Amino acid sequence: MSTESYPEDLLYHPEHDWARIDGDEAVLGITWHAQDALGELVHYEPPNVGASVGKDASYGEVESVKAVSDLISPLSGEVIEVNQQVIDAPETANDDPYGDGWLIRVRMTQPDEQSQLLSAADYQRVVESE
Amino acid sequence: MKLIYERSQAGRRGLGIPKPDLPVPELPASLRRAEPPRLPELAEPEVLRHFTELSTRNFGIDTGFYPLGSCTMKYNPRINERLVGLPGFANLHPLVEDDAAQGALELEWELQEILREVTGLDAVSLQPAAGSQGELTGLMLFRAYFQDKGEDEQRRKIVIPDTAHGTNPASVTMAGYELTPVKTDPRGNIDVEDLRGKVDEHTAGLMLTNPSTLGLFDENIEEIRDIFHGVGALMYYDGANLNAVCGISRPGDMGFDVVHINLHKTFSQPHGGGGPGGGPIAVRASLEPFLPVPVVARDGGRFRLDYDRPKSIGKVRAFSGPFGVFVRSYAFIRSYGPALREMSEVAVLNANYMLARLKDAYDLPFDRLCMHEFVLSTRSLKREHGVSALDVAKRLMDYGFHPPTVYFPLIVPEALMIEPTESEAKETLDRFIDAMLAIAQEAAEEPELLHDAPHERPVRRLDEVRAAKNPIVRFRFDDHPTEQGSGDRQLEAQKGA
Repeated sequence: MSTESYPEDLLYHPEHDWARIDGDEAVLGITWHAQDALGELVHYEPPNVGASVGKDASYGEVESVKAVSDLISPLSGEVIEVNQQVIDAPETANDDPYGDGWLIRVRMTQPDEQSQLLSAADYQRVVESE
Repeated sequence: MKLIYERSQAGRRGLGIPKPDLPVPELPASLRRAEPPRLPELAEPEVLRHFTELSTRNFGIDTGFYPLGSCTMKYNPRINERLVGLPGFANLHPLVEDDAAQGALELEWELQEILREVTGLDAVSLQPAAGSQGELTGLMLFRAYFQDKGEDEQRRKIVIPDTAHGTNPASVTMAGYELTPVKTDPRGNIDVEDLRGKVDEHTAGLMLTNPSTLGLFDENIEEIRDIFHGVGALMYYDGANLNAVCGISRPGDMGFDVVHINLHKTFSQPHGGGGPGGGPIAVRASLEPFLPVPVVARDGGRFRLDYDRPKSIGKVRAFSGPFGVFVRSYAFIRSYGPALREMSEVAVLNANYMLARLKDAYDLPFDRLCMHEFVLSTRSLKREHGVSALDVAKRLMDYGFHPPTVYFPLIVPEALMIEPTESEAKETLDRFIDAMLAIAQEAAEEPELLHDAPHERPVRRLDEVRAAKNPIVRFRFDDHPTEQGSGDRQLEAQKGA
């Protein structure tokens, strides 16, 4: 398992999801805190490529031995890629939540929504208050 | 311990079948087995010892304290089993004419009447087989009701708090509704401000467990009722926690329109092994025409199954429901008689006694008097000593207790959900509390002891991830080539028998 970290170059959603902006695309995943609270993942249910996701809405599920949890999208967009590596080995999202453990790539439809997301420091305060 | 296949010895038999004394007709080759069935081969005493040993590995309410929160693991009085075994009940065929089953129908009708009184509502269907099916049936009634009013297309949303049982959102989806989650406020109630913004003319209703999965009675229930009824929406009461309020407060009086009752929780059924359960629903008069069929009806002194309900949503289960469950619950309720209220009072008292003794050693996310259960957290133990709720639960097994529910409700990190029920004596509660306090001490002094627990059980800590990803649920002969004789040897042995 990885050690606790919240990279500065990401944007965060209070439901424990992150976004890495890449031009008009964004890569999404769950934070270290989310994977730690869930425990080792045993299943990842991704959306279909081409599906549209809405900010604050569920785009898929992850399952651990403790619970099934909705994946909340920090941004609106269209799914252009899902991470097959996490489908095949869900624990990748535990081992490397910000790298190999990314979940989907979207083409943003409302890029302005970025301004509503949290910085690493602000997100860390959310984690500490829980 | 060994599996029964691992005890098998080729050719060994538990009984000898007499040699036929008539000519044996030759079976066509196409109907004959090429190989003998792969059955374990043992003598009778070996079989008996095997299953007796297996039975000692079980843990149930008959072996010890089982405070599994939300599951209401109460004692199942033996008189219930005696009554359900009466020949008139046990041998009753479900297709028998109503006239030949008057006693059974009367029992069902009386149970309906009792449930009407307990819930404060107007009509009951005994059909749903469990709480989850009661939920789905209740939401189907919502839809039938709004279809009848021409509002089904307009009302698509069901509101559910973030403390809800997982079955609630599942039922919403199964019934074709959309989910609107609502948050919990700092006192453990529904966040009414969050709620106001989410309820409008598109809302079909609310699903609420009250007391909630936190073991807390919602202090704003009347305000919540006004919000929903104010926009013409309905209210569904998840009766999972009805054990807290019987004879004290009634869902119908709180404003709920449909209630399911978990007979197997509140009204005692053996339910550790997955069933059978019973999830009857009670409804307000406005929803009665849509109830599943059949409903048990009384005409004067005669009882009958009523199928003549043109607006009914139909059947949700075979025949009139899980009849053996009705007999046990009826017996349980009648054993209390008018004192049923004491059942809930003692359940609530037991929980509050435990909470009072435990709340300094563990975190208490919502510091209020609880109802029939309460939720603690091991958040501080985790931060300070790396000890999780799972570690505490596993260690409790070494002390001889069934662990409480863990990691639920989801809004409490490292949750331990404890429900003692009314069945337990103070000494048992004290022994459990002492164990919990000792474990909190161990967490500080010897955390490794907890990480590795249980130490003294037949099975040590399970690899839950591997069990989920790669479950081994059957015996594969290919993995055990030596335990069974070869096919030929078995065949020889069987021919010789």
